[in-house]
Amino acid sequence: MNRISDAIVDLHKMDMEAGKCGWLQGIHPLPKLFVTLIFILLTVSFGKYDLPGVLKMGIYLIILFVLGDISVKLLLKRMKAVLLLVCLVGIANPFFDREVMFRLGTVTVTGGMVSAVTLMFKGIFAVSASYLLMVTTSMEDICYALRKMHMPKMFVTVLMLVYRYMILFLKEIQRMTDAYTLRAPGQKGVHYKVWGTMVGQLLLRSMDRAQNVYDSMTLRGYNGEFHLRCKKRAGGSDYLYVFVWSMVLVCVRMI
Amino acid sequence: MHMADALVSPAVAGTMYAVSTAAAAYSVKEVKLEDLDRKVPVMGVMGAFVFAAQMINFTIPGTGSSGHLCGGMLLSAILGPCAGFLTMIAILTIQCLLFADGGLLALGCNVWNMAFYGCFIGGFLVWRLLNQKNMTRGTITAASVIGCIAGLQLGAFSVTIETLLSGITELPFAVFLGMMQPIHLAIGLVEGLITAAVLVFIYEARPEILYGYERADRKAAGRMSRRGTIAALAMLTLVIGGVISLFASGYPDGLEWSMEKVAGTAELAASGSVYQIAEKLQGMTAFLPDYAFKASDSAAGTSVSGIFGGVAVLAVCVCVCVLIKKMKYKKR
Repeated sequence: MNRISDAIVDLHKMDMEAGKCGWLQGIHPLPKLFVTLIFILLTVSFGKYDLPGVLKMGIYLIILFVLGDISVKLLLKRMKAVLLLVCLVGIANPFFDREVMFRLGTVTVTGGMVSAVTLMFKGIFAVSASYLLMVTTSMEDICYALRKMHMPKMFVTVLMLVYRYMILFLKEIQRMTDAYTLRAPGQKGVHYKVWGTMVGQLLLRSMDRAQNVYDSMTLRGYNGEFHLRCKKRAGGSDYLYVFVWSMVLVCVRMI
Repeated sequence: MHMADALVSPAVAGTMYAVSTAAAAYSVKEVKLEDLDRKVPVMGVMGAFVFAAQMINFTIPGTGSSGHLCGGMLLSAILGPCAGFLTMIAILTIQCLLFADGGLLALGCNVWNMAFYGCFIGGFLVWRLLNQKNMTRGTITAASVIGCIAGLQLGAFSVTIETLLSGITELPFAVFLGMMQPIHLAIGLVEGLITAAVLVFIYEARPEILYGYERADRKAAGRMSRRGTIAALAMLTLVIGGVISLFASGYPDGLEWSMEKVAGTAELAASGSVYQIAEKLQGMTAFLPDYAFKASDSAAGTSVSGIFGGVAVLAVCVCVCVLIKKMKYKKR
């Protein structure tokens, strides 16, 4: 059950990165979310053969990764799943699209090859952008930004609670699966005879916990309102961040 | 089935964001009508539970591989479809932001493909349809399996459509569909069985947690007694056999129609001593030939035939059941 411990470690690492005191971390969450969405939108809007255009968009990532001193180790780990999916969809392109685009020495490059590589870069860039957002912004700040974007209060509260209790449940499930694995060595996964009891027990405990959470929240004055606050107010530098990056990205897209 | 940003065009992503937002707005409106203060913490904790429980690998017997829990179906079976849908959106958002499982731009697509179908088709239509009158282990299992399969099949179909509309893959539609649907049929079956195992456990331990249990329980309490059921069925037999049978179609049935087309007649003449003996025997026993009195075409003959037929079938069934019961008793 290494997946669970890996997930817990990754979450802690992301939290630590987001809690650093860098200039990128200091920018208001709303401009960062806005710029990230613009970047992804413009990146995927390139045509399927426009590999040079997509590569040009990399300037945003290079600048922010270098200036923000962001670790790429965790990014490479997250990239595996996305690359697999994108490759799976794009792998057919070279077989179906055999139109010759250009020649590299003796190698003939077809439209399918170019579109497959373009697709791969689009995937890499999009994941890198959302990773950049997450390692520089805490979940609380993201929720705050979503609230500022007029997302329903109830949804933002649920999002916040899921995030807060996720690690708790992951640790609980890790303990349960560790105990199970020790009693069933060499077995891959949970045996079908205990599917219901194992998860069902946890679910019942979760329901009780939900009741306790509700009771304790009520005792602390919860009346349906979950107050989120941001550590800093949006200032001139934040507006400048949005303006500069929007201009740069739109220019790169237009060229 | 999480779609990455690279797999959708901005137009498709925008459209899917719009339809998912509409579904989310409806859900928010519906959930607000319930006890919101109490519901929100439960939704949060259940979301965290499903997220974590999806990390558990369940062994699929005889295959060497493993599957995981179907979140939308489970959440809808406990929280209801609207609250389940909103909780699934929160889970998908966190999976997208923290684990790069699905893209930020493709979030609208993922919400539609994984949360909408799972919660509203699987968790609402199927769950409600099968558990509306009476909730049993069987109906829970059937609802979970059918709901998960239906949800995943529709989700996989949507992924194919969205990818093709985005112009991402060169794969022909039929080939892509042929790749997506069968694998998700198998995944749906396994996820349905895992979800069923969990829900049946909850049903045995604390059934009041399950969505719609109280309503089904009340309906079950209001069911007719055995005597009432038999009386109602007897009345129904009398009405159908005695009255509705008068309006039975005079056209030939499927076999007769086919024979008429092939041989030119609905009744073939048979020759031979065996056939003659059988015909004679049938003539002696059939006192209502062709569902009417002998040598009479009156409507009363049809009604009597209908009622008598029903009573005769009932008598035979009762005799057979009594016989089986006696044989079993003797064996013991």
